[in-house]
Amino acid sequence: MTTTYILRGVRPLGGEPADVVLSGERITHVGAPGTGGAAAGGGAASAPSSGTGPDRGADAGAGVVEIDGGDRLVLLPGLVDLHTHLREPGREDAETVWSGTRAAAAGGFTAVHAMANTTPTQDTAGVVEQVWRLGKDAGWVDVRPVGAVTVGLGGERLAELGAMADSAAGVRVFSDDGKCVHDPVLMRRALEYVKAFDGVVAQHAQEPRLTEGAQMNEGVVSAEIGLAGWPAVAEESIIARDVLLAEHVGSRLHVCHLSTARSVEIVRWAKSRGVDVTAEVTPHHLLLTDERARSYDARFKVNPPLRTREDVEAVREGLADGTIDVVATDHAPHPVEDKDCEWAAAAFGMTGLETALSVVQQVMVDTGRMTWADVARVLSAAPARIGRIDAGPGAHGRPVAVGEPANVTLVDPAASRTVRGTEQVTASGNTPLEGMELPGTVVATFLRGRATVLDGVPVDGAIATEGVPA
Amino acid sequence: MRHLLSTADLAKDDAILLLDTAAQMAATQAREMKKLPTLRGRTVVNLFYEDSTRTRISFETAAKRLSADVINFSAKGSSVSKGESLKDTALTLHAMGADAVVVRHQASGAPHMLAHAGWLDAAVLNAGDGMHQHPTQALLDAFTIRRHLVGGGSDAGTEGTDLAGLRVAIVGDVLHSRVARSNVRLLHTLGARVTLVAPPTLLPVGVETWPCEVSYHLDETIERAKPDAVMMLRVQRERMSGGAGGAFFPSAQEYSRKFGLGSRRLARLPGHAIVMHPGPMNRGLEISADAADHARSVIVEQVANGIAVRMAALYLLLAGNDAGAGSVPNERTSL
Amino acid sequence: MSPSIALPGNGPGESPRGTTVLEAPDIARALTRIAHEITERNKGAADVVLLGIPTRGVPLARRLAGRLAEIEPTYDTGAVGELDVTMYRDDLRRHPTRAVGATRIPGSVDGRTVVLVDDVLFSGRTIRAALDALNDVGRPRAVQLAALVDRGHRELPIRADYVGKNLPTSRSERISVHLTETDGEDSVTISEYVAGAGSADGGDVAGRPPAGGEEGAR
Repeated sequence: MTTTYILRGVRPLGGEPADVVLSGERITHVGAPGTGGAAAGGGAASAPSSGTGPDRGADAGAGVVEIDGGDRLVLLPGLVDLHTHLREPGREDAETVWSGTRAAAAGGFTAVHAMANTTPTQDTAGVVEQVWRLGKDAGWVDVRPVGAVTVGLGGERLAELGAMADSAAGVRVFSDDGKCVHDPVLMRRALEYVKAFDGVVAQHAQEPRLTEGAQMNEGVVSAEIGLAGWPAVAEESIIARDVLLAEHVGSRLHVCHLSTARSVEIVRWAKSRGVDVTAEVTPHHLLLTDERARSYDARFKVNPPLRTREDVEAVREGLADGTIDVVATDHAPHPVEDKDCEWAAAAFGMTGLETALSVVQQVMVDTGRMTWADVARVLSAAPARIGRIDAGPGAHGRPVAVGEPANVTLVDPAASRTVRGTEQVTASGNTPLEGMELPGTVVATFLRGRATVLDGVPVDGAIATEGVPA
Repeated sequence: MRHLLSTADLAKDDAILLLDTAAQMAATQAREMKKLPTLRGRTVVNLFYEDSTRTRISFETAAKRLSADVINFSAKGSSVSKGESLKDTALTLHAMGADAVVVRHQASGAPHMLAHAGWLDAAVLNAGDGMHQHPTQALLDAFTIRRHLVGGGSDAGTEGTDLAGLRVAIVGDVLHSRVARSNVRLLHTLGARVTLVAPPTLLPVGVETWPCEVSYHLDETIERAKPDAVMMLRVQRERMSGGAGGAFFPSAQEYSRKFGLGSRRLARLPGHAIVMHPGPMNRGLEISADAADHARSVIVEQVANGIAVRMAALYLLLAGNDAGAGSVPNERTSL
Repeated sequence: MSPSIALPGNGPGESPRGTTVLEAPDIARALTRIAHEITERNKGAADVVLLGIPTRGVPLARRLAGRLAEIEPTYDTGAVGELDVTMYRDDLRRHPTRAVGATRIPGSVDGRTVVLVDDVLFSGRTIRAALDALNDVGRPRAVQLAALVDRGHRELPIRADYVGKNLPTSRSERISVHLTETDGEDSVTISEYVAGAGSADGGDVAGRPPAGGEEGAR
């Protein structure tokens, strides 16, 4: 018994208001305002809907819930994160698959790619299947494990990429994220090898010798506050090498979290040559600069490091003009003790699942640089396509159209909230946005027609009772 | 002044007050009876995560001359990888009622965290943090420069004066040096003109924004800038190896030839110029024995002045009440 | 920083800041008398070292030295110095940090007679600090105290050997000493303590302000 949801007066991709009906696992109706009730079977047509925002009290018939969008709420395809650290197995003190995917749903996501740097590493079919199954059992979003490129992220031997691809987890994205596949031969082989199953290597671009002991972006701020510098060229030189390698062997390359102006230029150049390269930027690199390090607050310590104002402007420009394909969170939860200490001793990383959409709205939409359709592209369609989860019965990153899987998220762009690490759904509080007021809240998220978030709150009971769609 | 973390935080008036107070402290240290009752009942903790017997003894002497109780808390061996210990130690010191914590730490920013993380409410004196700052070293250097180049060898008549117009060359491993960073800021604040002299490998990216000039050639600097004071920085021998983060210069011999201060370069300095070194020296590498022991060397005096400057800092941080300083906000309890 | 100067037209006893109790000629006469008393008591001034307590004790000590030299032409007017007591005060933690003043001792005090010179004697705590400070400087044969004004309210067993003027006051009043060297004119005034203008306890525990001689604000 699944619930039918009538979304009245919502704006698909920020366009004209419409009524959208989710029934079964699909979108069954997209039509003019007022048409939703009839489309849902008439049962809810006369149901009162007052005010704006979701109104669960308007349950007018068995299994029918109405949500009033007030002609304001924006309906987006469910967000897809290409870069999430769920920490399980190994660091369940920071995050579990359950808590991390619940945070993802709260942030509007319906699918996440779980990075491979767990303990044990996701470098075998067994481990990726374990993570995949944990995701399935949790039921908040679809979890697509990322496979390690090299055994134990060691950078020496290729992991069994084919076995992971063939496993139940169906791995298509491979990455040693956290570590760079710096050996050029190994990188070449990986790029070539994954062609056999339409995989992609997602490179964490960091030349290791240039970044030994590095703590923050190398520049004016690092020079002054005495933290070891992390040169932009350590990222750019690897990206330059990799796009040339990808061109040479005709493979698909994805660049993780690019952060510098010249990285954007290199990717732009590579794309102009027809290299099959995609690139992502994180919300924090779209918003924050290395000036934050002056506080020595390790919540601003991240890999790659926060860069300069010029770099931030360049990645915004790259995202707007399509050079950068994807916004990915690099959600990296850490327990308090790994952050509440000296900068040099602190762990790299920051949470992002619950704030990514708001940051993109603030930086790109509210400034007029992108439309909500662009947001759907960079936070849903493109990452789904890169991860190869954009086809099939439960596909992600699809248009908001009749017959498509009901993976959608409903956003209130007019709302705002103040970020508090302790109030986040993720198990860790290490947000760099502590105390900041951000625009936009996720009102509801639907995974194949089932509400994972309603009224902005994860629907905890629903999963146990409704189970997980096959 | 609630903490002394960085010379970048010192306005010119603050800096001059520190130097003037140090002059009065130095005068008391010329007496037979050197101990003052000023900080009776106050507790100063020397929290040293890094070996530095000289700095610790200097702070300890300063605190004891002011009658403060001194607790030496050597955290040596606590590596930075056990970062949590800083917080726990801070909470312990807070519970013990420390009034001031003098902290030396290999991690840049550790004193800043002690001062601002809400772990304790003591005054924090930075005794050197990583590659960041060592403010009392810069203050004692400025004090020494003022005494010799403004006061003609005596503090009398220097009260209220700055270092306007004086030229100071700081030579050596600027990249890794908290002494250089502290001095550039403070000497600039006091009106001196600073030239950093180092091979390009030992200068940080971003140095071009510092309020100083930069030169790759010591001889040229001596000829053109005619420095009134030359400050030689310690160069660690491991910097020349090709290993992790190394290969900054080819050999000790080449470094010494191009950047060392020996009798030949000493002879070409202006006649009144003084030679300084924060210690400990590598005789034969950045400074020759001739230069180190020369009449124009004030290196030994720097050590004595360190006590007066640290007495001044402790006095100014601890002698008054906390009016205006307010309590430390517990800004990170939300974590 | 400098205090307002009494405007012409105000009556001799009334100024905007209170009642004038000593004017320049009164101060001059008081200092001359003290100088005579010092030479009488010490059977000459040969071994006398005058140490002024900053701020206004210092010019007073210099003036006394000049008068001693008038009485005894052989008196060395260089035998005058200043003794900063800041670091010996018992009330440092009750007030914002004070600047440390200079201590200048003419030669040695060992075996000589030190006359401490201060503008106002109140609680006695400043003199207590001065005695401690002096103890660290040397070992005089004897220590005596000269004060331009003794306003009473002693909190310690201390009394002045030489007093320019005894001024019975209430604790709520403030005494302000103005000297030409520091304030541009010579006068002593008395006024009501203004709430918030000085220490709440009204005691001589707060040391002196940088200028203005508003003793009640100590």
